[in-house]
Amino acid sequence: MAMLHIVNKSPFERVSFRSCLNHVKPGDSVLMIEDAVVGAYDNTSFSDKLKASMSDVSVYVLGGDLVARGLSEDRVINGIKSVDYAGFVDLTVENETTQSWL
Amino acid sequence: MATKKFMFVNRKSPYGTVYALESLEVVLISAAFEQDVSLAFLDDGVYQITKGQNTDGIGQKNFSSTYKALGDYEIKKLYVEKESLEERGLTPDDLMDLVWEDEDDDWAEKPSIILVNRAEMADAMAEQEVTLSF
Amino acid sequence: MKFTIMINEGPYQHQSSDTALQFARAVLAQGHEIFRIFFYHDGVNNGTRLSVPPADDRLVQKEWSELSKEHDLDLVLCIAAAQRRGIMDEDEAKRQGLDANNIIEGFRISGLGQLIEGGIESDRTVVFGD
Repeated sequence: MAMLHIVNKSPFERVSFRSCLNHVKPGDSVLMIEDAVVGAYDNTSFSDKLKASMSDVSVYVLGGDLVARGLSEDRVINGIKSVDYAGFVDLTVENETTQSWL
Repeated sequence: MATKKFMFVNRKSPYGTVYALESLEVVLISAAFEQDVSLAFLDDGVYQITKGQNTDGIGQKNFSSTYKALGDYEIKKLYVEKESLEERGLTPDDLMDLVWEDEDDDWAEKPSIILVNRAEMADAMAEQEVTLSF
Repeated sequence: MKFTIMINEGPYQHQSSDTALQFARAVLAQGHEIFRIFFYHDGVNNGTRLSVPPADDRLVQKEWSELSKEHDLDLVLCIAAAQRRGIMDEDEAKRQGLDANNIIEGFRISGLGQLIEGGIESDRTVVFGD
């Protein structure tokens, strides 16, 4: 069963994003929302960790949260897909279960 | 009513915020629904079940004994992550002795704590149908 | 598909109720059903009618209330969490001997079993919190 992991914490402040990545299974999806979207940028102290997961996990970012924080999609790690709230809903439908890493 | 696999994920220490206490309240209620319930303790969540908690100095109720009652509610799968303990300088000996009584085995007391490594915790999480995090 | 949504934080302090509102609207817009929205921890503060934000700010509680009216949603405040935080409906205020109630239209107060039932009855359970 594929799981959608929802993260909402900055990886620069809390451990939940790293903890999430340490528990994902191949075929799962990870969606960054709220403060977690700052983890989407490339060339950060966290980006290698995230990129390492992306070989067998799909990673998404909630576009509205990115833009709200003055971040640009151009600088997001290649391969991370931006979704809107409708896309968020689709992800919860496509994956059998969800887990929020609060 | 259908039976589903419920997991309650605990990743925060007790007392600093209300999540641990109120999570426990949900867990106790879930027992009445006869679901397949398990709890996960990882990251700072492992502090919820350390032994020797004493809240005399902070003006809050010590609710750690409630975890000992979980076995009486047929809640007997408490996954605890080894790596989370190790990262925090803890060992399984620092945790409360949590047990359940097996009625099929002359009410023998059996441990509720299932010590798992990170990969096994991921496996346990992947099996769930409803995951509630606090 | 049938959804249950759990919200663990109050409005304004944390983004989670804003996110959950947008998510709930998107769920409904796609023709899915929301079986229940359950408010726990400080999330019960989404159910007060006494919130008065500055005129240029959103009124989150009213947005929930209106969404509930429009789609006949079941918005449930956890009774234990609500009692701790002083969110009362008329019956509960009376039962507790209090001089006022403050729940906003469209919400009801009930037990934690409603959350578990939501998890059992729904195809998807999604948690928003801190």
